[in-house]
Amino acid sequence: MKSIDKPYDDIPGTWIFDADRARRGYHLNQFLYTLMKAENRQAFLADQQAYLAKFELTAAQREAVLQRDWNRLLELGGVAYALAKLAFTDGRSYQFMAAQMTGMSEQEYVDMMLKGGRSPDGWRSKSERPEQR
Amino acid sequence: MAQIIAGVGTSHTPAIGAAVDNGKSGQPYWQPLFKGYEASRRWMAETRPDVVIMVYNDHVNAFDFKMIPTFGLGCAAQFPIADEGWGPRPVPPVQGYPELAAHLVQSLVLDEFDMTVVNEMPVDHGLTVPLTLLFGSPPNWPCRVIPLAVNVIQYPAPTGHRCYRLGEAIRRAVASWDEDLKVVIFGTGGMSHQIQGPRAGLTNPVFDKAFLDGLSQDPQRLLRIPPIEYLREAGAEAIELVMWLVMRGALGPKVEEIYRFYHIPASSTAVGHIILESR
Repeated sequence: MKSIDKPYDDIPGTWIFDADRARRGYHLNQFLYTLMKAENRQAFLADQQAYLAKFELTAAQREAVLQRDWNRLLELGGVAYALAKLAFTDGRSYQFMAAQMTGMSEQEYVDMMLKGGRSPDGWRSKSERPEQR
Repeated sequence: MAQIIAGVGTSHTPAIGAAVDNGKSGQPYWQPLFKGYEASRRWMAETRPDVVIMVYNDHVNAFDFKMIPTFGLGCAAQFPIADEGWGPRPVPPVQGYPELAAHLVQSLVLDEFDMTVVNEMPVDHGLTVPLTLLFGSPPNWPCRVIPLAVNVIQYPAPTGHRCYRLGEAIRRAVASWDEDLKVVIFGTGGMSHQIQGPRAGLTNPVFDKAFLDGLSQDPQRLLRIPPIEYLREAGAEAIELVMWLVMRGALGPKVEEIYRFYHIPASSTAVGHIILESR
């Protein structure tokens, strides 16, 4: 075996934070971790490019941070709990970020949850969702 | 001698803590959830444990990515409340029990469960929300708390089988501590939920009910659930449920179900709760 086994890659709409993603996302997540401190949040918002330059992010990761492209950040190794700190830095809630990941408005997302959430039916395998392949 | 007398399973959704902290617990969105924990708070007030062992996970607050312990046991005298990015929750700091924690580490490692010793650690919503749900908002927490942080962030989390066996070893370790103590163990996180990607918002009440039934009646069945099944059936973050199996393993073979509650939603989460007493 020359790479790790990833049975979960068949789950649609999901990026499992595995050892490969943790390796690729290491500097991205360490950047996000710094946003736990108020002074760092201020410094980041004051000049995002300059703040990001202090970390060894790839160009794609840097662009996804600037665009707040949450799903791309997940794909590039960001872990959801660390991405939350970027949303909080923007004064947004976790629910706001989750809604954006699904392509819904926040109200649509809240309404879906109040109705019991998303059924797993149709969401177990990529074979059920051609658009997610 | 010290004894684990009961176990509590509960979700630890951060929005629950925020609802309490911002005075929103009576609002229509939240009221049904908090009503579901009223009986639990009465049970806890009558049970009056001396020590809580809190099996939970850190959410990139105490631990960054430099080191990721699979099982980290909190051995400090006190644990401060983490600032998760919007200021620390306004709850009292958590008082540990370093002497008993040291005994647990020694006993568990010699029992072949290799714990990481954690001597400094802020604790986040994973630990404080269950305390709030079961103890309310006292000026100080009424008992000592030993945190047991489990990695469920980076795949793979420890298996359910491994977690259950760890619980059994914790039961042996507590029973060999020569002090009359009532210990309650918590398994936290879950139930079905996914908080990332286009599939966010997934819940699975059928899976959750079967899990609660299994805790009460047939835990061995739950030990055979492979990681992929949690992810696929109940959401990427439902893997947190393996922490409930540490709790269940620590109760011994026979339990009595005292209480159960289930509610959707708290933010993106299906909230589940169970109280089991050892028999």
